[in-house]
Amino acid sequence: MKKQAKFGIGIVVIIVSLASLAWMGYGESKTYYHTIVELQTLDSAARSHRIRVGGTVEPGSIRRYSGRVDFVLEGEGKKLPVSYVGGDPLPDTFADKAQALVEGRATSEGRFVAEHVQAKCASKYEAAPGVTGGAARKSSQPSTM
Amino acid sequence: MDLFGSFALLLAFVCAAYAFVGGIAAILTRHPLLVKSTRQAGMATCCLIFLATFSLEYLFFSDNFSIAYVVSHSNRDLSTFYKIAALWSGQEGSLLFWSFLLAIYVFSVLVTYRNKNGELMPYVGVVMAGVQIFFLMLNNFVASPFKALATPAANGALEYVTRADGNGLTPLLQYPEMVIHPPNLYSGYTGFTIPFAFALGALLARYPGEKWIHLTRKWTMIAWMFQSCGILLGAHWAYAVLGWGGYWGWDPVENASLLPWLTGTAFLHSVIMQEKRGMMKVWNVWLVFCTFLLCILGTFLTRSGVVSSVHAFAQSSIGSWFVGFIAIILLVCFGAYFLNRDYLKSENQLDSIVSRESSFLFNNLLLLVSCIAVLSGTLFPVFSEWITGDRISVGAPFFNKVNIPTGLLLLFLTGVGPLLAWRKTSTESLKRNFGWPLGTGLVAGVVAFALGFREFFSLICLILCVFVFSTIGLEFFRGAKVIRARSGASLLASAIDLTMRNTRRYGGYIVHVGMVFVFIGLSGAAFNRDTQKEMQLGQTMQIGPYTLLLQSFDTKPEKNYTAERMIVEVLRDNKPLMMLYPEKRKFSTTDQNGTMVAIYSTLREDLYVVFAGMSPDTQLPVMHAYLNPLVKWIWLGGVFVVFGTIVALLPNRRAVLVLAGAPQPAGQALPHGLTPSVTLREGHD
Repeated sequence: MKKQAKFGIGIVVIIVSLASLAWMGYGESKTYYHTIVELQTLDSAARSHRIRVGGTVEPGSIRRYSGRVDFVLEGEGKKLPVSYVGGDPLPDTFADKAQALVEGRATSEGRFVAEHVQAKCASKYEAAPGVTGGAARKSSQPSTM
Repeated sequence: MDLFGSFALLLAFVCAAYAFVGGIAAILTRHPLLVKSTRQAGMATCCLIFLATFSLEYLFFSDNFSIAYVVSHSNRDLSTFYKIAALWSGQEGSLLFWSFLLAIYVFSVLVTYRNKNGELMPYVGVVMAGVQIFFLMLNNFVASPFKALATPAANGALEYVTRADGNGLTPLLQYPEMVIHPPNLYSGYTGFTIPFAFALGALLARYPGEKWIHLTRKWTMIAWMFQSCGILLGAHWAYAVLGWGGYWGWDPVENASLLPWLTGTAFLHSVIMQEKRGMMKVWNVWLVFCTFLLCILGTFLTRSGVVSSVHAFAQSSIGSWFVGFIAIILLVCFGAYFLNRDYLKSENQLDSIVSRESSFLFNNLLLLVSCIAVLSGTLFPVFSEWITGDRISVGAPFFNKVNIPTGLLLLFLTGVGPLLAWRKTSTESLKRNFGWPLGTGLVAGVVAFALGFREFFSLICLILCVFVFSTIGLEFFRGAKVIRARSGASLLASAIDLTMRNTRRYGGYIVHVGMVFVFIGLSGAAFNRDTQKEMQLGQTMQIGPYTLLLQSFDTKPEKNYTAERMIVEVLRDNKPLMMLYPEKRKFSTTDQNGTMVAIYSTLREDLYVVFAGMSPDTQLPVMHAYLNPLVKWIWLGGVFVVFGTIVALLPNRRAVLVLAGAPQPAGQALPHGLTPSVTLREGHD
């Protein structure tokens, strides 16, 4: 076999196998961003995806129960009740009026069940500065590496 | 002082513009006076940026609360340490800091090569001035850090005000690594400007040969070292401060710092191909271009919040500036390439799949695939919105699925590559070089499997780590043995001597050892455990071999926060081991919380304890404990990576050829008391 062909095969094998892994990972973890308003207009197929919604935590709405935390997200004049059921502690930045990004699934009753919550405290300091932003934005996602 | 600073920045902009325009004129006219004056304008730009940066620091230290940036990032109580760091804790200051670090690099380059490489330097100067102009434009006209604090008065006009005190630095940022992590990462980002300027300059000038690669080698290594260090410090910071038990979450900001590191690593390897075999010239030029673009992209992602933010693109106008700049760079790079691509013809072809060349080729391929995967995953929300209208993001499973196998293949090449011969490797030498290491690795794998080690990727990782470590060890041992046979020194002294004779090769091996350690640490993540429990006083919690006993719980007011603290005794095998104090801080001024994680770290595992707040039902403190095996190896690996790079940066100790038995002239002592000797083997790094 020609040398060039050998290299070609090696490169193709690597790229194809990594691309298929990427495709699997994509299927497993793809998450749709929606606004709170959009969420209420989605059809049932779209509602079954993993969804990420952003909004502001309504002041005074945080209720902590054992095993879950309920709160209300506000955005564009609409409200969305959320139950956080994830295992990790909520980030320090999660508080009244914080910008929060919740990830999970929408239920048919209009409540959103979140497995991950990210929060960014927007009111006290401006957009998290770069590298330093790593700290301002705390994720409740578990380490996966 | 604010006027002084903003004037210095404006003047710096003017000087940079002169360095740019005058530089182009100098290239066209070749007038020596013009060449000299543009070089000096370049140096003046840097000095003015230094002055501007120092004047901002002066404003912080003099507690000048009439300046908006000082008000929002400092207060009177802030310690000296954090007043320095306040410089890069916000948008405007970070951009000035970018210019500042870039100015350090540019100044060093201009001074180092002031009387050398006359053909090339004007081109390099123009490219560097171009980059400086962009950032100075941001510093001057878009995000000036010297803006006075102003509020609209009753009649609608702006009124300047001075506050009695500032808002203070965000508590999350008040952590020692806050002071060292951003400078490291930024030094990495900015440092890649230098190889970029040389590559583009050499291409534009059609500068002959591989000279630009020799010139930029050290600069690239310095930038790479800072970038590696910055990434690891960031990971350590996330681990020690954020309290979720992990160090890497594939967050867009983290990914942004990894991208130029991946292409930079590829570049450091593939230049060797060009130096030794005259191959991959086009590839190398594009790798540098991409690395620089990714640095700018990384700065853009972190500055604009285009991906991570809840409200995409709306937050900062700075995004469009960066998009414009990236477009210009791409245009210039493509233009330069198409005009001068015939100058980048390869001199050699690949000969065999089992050769050093091919290992470098696959190393580059893998690093690039990983880079593309991380890049596409990071930008997926942006592109999916353009294409389908839905904003779709991908999470950790996507990144891990691609990057774990890629990383392991790279680790394999780390072991194999350096021992393969150029052009073609004989089966004989394969056996000689790999027999032992491969055997050791496999034995380690079998032993681990027998001990109940079943995690697939971690097992592979273990085998590869042992394999790579043995190949490197064998290299040092063989080389040192030859030296010892001649000089009679101890094996350790011979190994050091060996390293100093070919610092680049053996420094590189030390970096590889560091990477092996990092991989060991990463593989531990497969065995992470955690548990959470509401704790009454005197109650215990069991995790792995540790028993955690809650002795007491207290609340104590501090200067600007109140600390709620768990006092936990750690027992191992029922013997008291140590005390841990996980705490939660409530900051009075900013109404924020901060978690202080308590970590007991050993090479075997980290015990990581978080006070997770009070249980809402029972009002009992909740303790969350993680057991993370091998994490410490990652930080240890980082130390080796930095050390190895520093070794590789040292000049080779020159081996002087002397005839056997020739007497040494008495007065001709060699520096550092070196013993002259024949080069024992040709360094084929």
